[in-house]
Amino acid sequence: MTWSDTVFLLPEIILTLGASALLFVPLIGERGAGRSAKWWTLVILGITAASVIVSSNAVVGMTQTATFAAMFALDSFAIFFKLLFLFAIAMVVLMSEDFLRESRYSPWEYYSLLAFALCGMMFMVSGVHLISIYVGLELMSLSSYILAGYYKNEQKSTEAAMKYFILGAVSSAILLYGISLIYGVCGSLNLADIDRAMSTMITNDALMVGIMLLGAGLCFKIAAVPFHVWTPDVYEGAPTPITAFLSTASKAAAFSIFARIFYSGLHHFQLDWSSVLATVSALSMIVGNLAAITQNNLKRMLAYSSIAHAGYALLGIISLNAMGIRGVLLYTLVYVLANLGIWAVILMLRRHEYAGEQVDDFDGLYRRAPFWAFAMVVFLLSLGGIPPTAGFIGKYFLFAAAVQSGFGWLAIIAVLMSAVSMFYYLRIVVAMYLKEGAAAEVSASGSLRFVAAVCLAATLFLGVLPRPLIDQVTYSSRRLLVRALQADGGR
Amino acid sequence: MGFLYQNLSIPILTLVTFVPLIGALWIIFFIRKDNEQSIKRTALFFAIADFVISVPLWIYFDVNGKGDRLFQFREVVDWIPSLGVKYSFGIDGISLLLILLTTLTGVIAIYSSFAAITFRQKEYYALLLMLQTGMIGTFCALDFFLFYVFWEVMLVPMYFVIGIWGGPRRLYAAIKFFLYTLSGSVLMLLSILALYFFNDGGIPFLNIGGLNAGLSFDVLRYHEIGHLIPPNLQFWIFLGFFFGFAIKVPMFPFHTWLPDAHVEAPTAGSVILAAVLLKMGTYGFVRFALPILPDATQQAVPWIVFLSIVGIIYGALVSLVQKDMKKLVAYSSVSHLGFVMLGMFALNPMGLRGSILQMINHGISTGALFLLVGIVYERRHTRLISEYGGLAKQMPMYATLFLIAALSSMGLPALNGFIGEFTILLGVANRSMVWAAFASIGIVLGAAYLLWLYQRVFWGPLDNPANQSLPDVNRRELLTLVPLMILMVWIGIAPKIFFDTIEQPVDYLVRKVDPHYFDRKPLMHPGAPAAAHPEVAEIHQ
Repeated sequence: MTWSDTVFLLPEIILTLGASALLFVPLIGERGAGRSAKWWTLVILGITAASVIVSSNAVVGMTQTATFAAMFALDSFAIFFKLLFLFAIAMVVLMSEDFLRESRYSPWEYYSLLAFALCGMMFMVSGVHLISIYVGLELMSLSSYILAGYYKNEQKSTEAAMKYFILGAVSSAILLYGISLIYGVCGSLNLADIDRAMSTMITNDALMVGIMLLGAGLCFKIAAVPFHVWTPDVYEGAPTPITAFLSTASKAAAFSIFARIFYSGLHHFQLDWSSVLATVSALSMIVGNLAAITQNNLKRMLAYSSIAHAGYALLGIISLNAMGIRGVLLYTLVYVLANLGIWAVILMLRRHEYAGEQVDDFDGLYRRAPFWAFAMVVFLLSLGGIPPTAGFIGKYFLFAAAVQSGFGWLAIIAVLMSAVSMFYYLRIVVAMYLKEGAAAEVSASGSLRFVAAVCLAATLFLGVLPRPLIDQVTYSSRRLLVRALQADGGR
Repeated sequence: MGFLYQNLSIPILTLVTFVPLIGALWIIFFIRKDNEQSIKRTALFFAIADFVISVPLWIYFDVNGKGDRLFQFREVVDWIPSLGVKYSFGIDGISLLLILLTTLTGVIAIYSSFAAITFRQKEYYALLLMLQTGMIGTFCALDFFLFYVFWEVMLVPMYFVIGIWGGPRRLYAAIKFFLYTLSGSVLMLLSILALYFFNDGGIPFLNIGGLNAGLSFDVLRYHEIGHLIPPNLQFWIFLGFFFGFAIKVPMFPFHTWLPDAHVEAPTAGSVILAAVLLKMGTYGFVRFALPILPDATQQAVPWIVFLSIVGIIYGALVSLVQKDMKKLVAYSSVSHLGFVMLGMFALNPMGLRGSILQMINHGISTGALFLLVGIVYERRHTRLISEYGGLAKQMPMYATLFLIAALSSMGLPALNGFIGEFTILLGVANRSMVWAAFASIGIVLGAAYLLWLYQRVFWGPLDNPANQSLPDVNRRELLTLVPLMILMVWIGIAPKIFFDTIEQPVDYLVRKVDPHYFDRKPLMHPGAPAAAHPEVAEIHQ
């Protein structure tokens, strides 16, 4: 392993060392000092973020674009997502403080697991080889299973972790089986080689089965219908900060590899897989949004809403064009921002364990915490795609991509379902502004205020002045796209 | 002042659009919640300031401007260059009149709320001002993206106004309003996208070639290339626009949100809804559907005319049986907007002119009626017609004002409604006598439900004890109504200046929809013959 190899992997190396160090701190007698755990974690995340920047600058000058037998690339696409994951995890860390203080579990292990999950995500988004993607995915998933069951003594939490683990393991197996079939047909697991092999192939049953199984495994990770049944239970049972993690960072990571595999590996067979994914996307939007309407538990409602959002994001992958890939990047970002903000506001209402999670708990919030109620409205509008919030820009790209690629029927379902989604988002607004509620305290700690304020500012800013972000995603998605389009005869 | 407006050394439309928003932010950030006097004064100040800034728009507007000068006070700045989105403002005569109506309605809505709104005033006035920014922006925008943003932005404040300060079923009404309108507008977004890709690279999957003219949301650009769009694509795009606009108008059978929203909304909300928000739909047809999709428009004529006539008669019949005054006025809107749509889809200068004037008229008359209903509601807290009777004895001034508004709404000559409806009927009759015959049934029914309402509320014995001590209109209420009364008489007696203002835009529209119209029918340009034919006018001068 030479320096040029190391520099590709520098952020992950630093993060792994940091995460391991966090695990060892309690052994040398720091068990009581929970507060410093948060700051140490943030410092590690900060150093990692700095090293991502440093490595990306160092990599620009190199001739090789990937390292470790072309398994690991540090391209602009990966950098965009790595920074996004770092941001999301940092926000989750900030949100977790109160929960950890109450639950009396060791914060060090918790933060360490979050950092390992992050490491997995950062590793897999850099993967240009199905095995490295799989390894990253598993690291993320294993950490998430543990985190979902962090309320060791709560039945709901344990049940959530169990469900998540069993279904997750099955889906990983399906994913692996798909990968093995693709390997059997293409003779390689490197995305570029798969791409090259497929360019000379005609439709092939084994390959089709392989792609379908791979897609099914990925659909489980992004919680698309019909692989979504775990989502509401896990989101409900997991500790709220972990739900925030699962619905933002973890989901963004799954989108990122979904986009990478399908844009740079499998685009030759778009005609074959796009119709299947289009059905999945339509079902996710319909089932997710309709099921969310009837939920009274906010965590379940947001779980169904996240299923619907997986359906929207799939539009960007199905369409396989410049609008689509930019849409995936943009949408992931605005979705993460809005969702983190919502979870921060929910956590402000949370008193202990599961309280503060019913829609009714929001009754009259405008009176108790006018600013945070307003912030909540902005986040919900952003999820609903109403301008001038960032959500509109994201949805705009995805709908445009669908129209441009000829999936008009899918676009019609998408826009109508996004109108339906406003129905249940407005339920929360109704509760906050149009109902009078109990005078329960809102305990907005400094960290939660910070998270909500950052997300609010970003959501509004990117909604009104999206220009810098659009330029950034255009740049970040360019390499992925160039390859997809070149091989496709410049369509 | 004149220098400033003409030479655009200040972005006047931006100013008109965003002054209310500044007011809203000012109220939110600088005034304490319990300082109600100050909140009201500030809101009224910003509304009046906005009106005062908007009036000179008309003074310095060149009514003879055509071609490049049709859209005036242009402001174009790049907003999102990578998508071709521009911050592009500009108005023609149609948007000018609607903007003036909006700024006037804004003042009236705020002033009329001073007594009616008793709680959460800070949010209320801030939301009304935000709503105004959304409405004016929609009328000013000449970029589809920008237009869509303003169009959607309007929804949220209106939702809150209905949902917080509305009547007993406010939640239901607010959500219905929001979802109905949103469903229509997202379909409209798809149509906008289809246009957008047609102008750029086309839609390869559907074998629709594009113009390769790059990414643009410029509305005027699409006015130019509209006739190049293949008819089948025009059909689908028109369908999307139709859903977006017809729900907003609202046309039968998409009108069911309207009575709920109107009945539950507070008075000022109803006034804004009737006077301005409904005009968004008709404005959308005039600005986008007609000039950009001429073939589809021509094809849609029978369908839209059918729905309009059904709307006219259905709305009137339903008004006739209402027990609630506000609901009666709400259904009368369905009928009146049927007229507007009918006149528009006569697709001749007369019909369009009447249609556009009738948009303004409806805003004035129905706005006044809602204000008047609100006045007795504030005193008695009921709107049931059966609760009233003989009010003319107790509230003579109120009875007079109500009579003027009702007569204006039913189209009595010398008041504004007559001019609008008559012009529409002329235009429609020019196209088909049968349509005009059906439409005139609506006029008769309109007189019936309004006069019957008047009779039941104002005449007969004053036998309900609760009504025997009602005070007549006070000074503030009078002040909100007088401007509308003046406009009713003004348009009724001297509509020329209004017709002159919309002369060129109508001419432009007819040429877009039917390029050979003026060749075929050289004599069919009633009203002001010289101005309708610019070439002739120039010779005469």
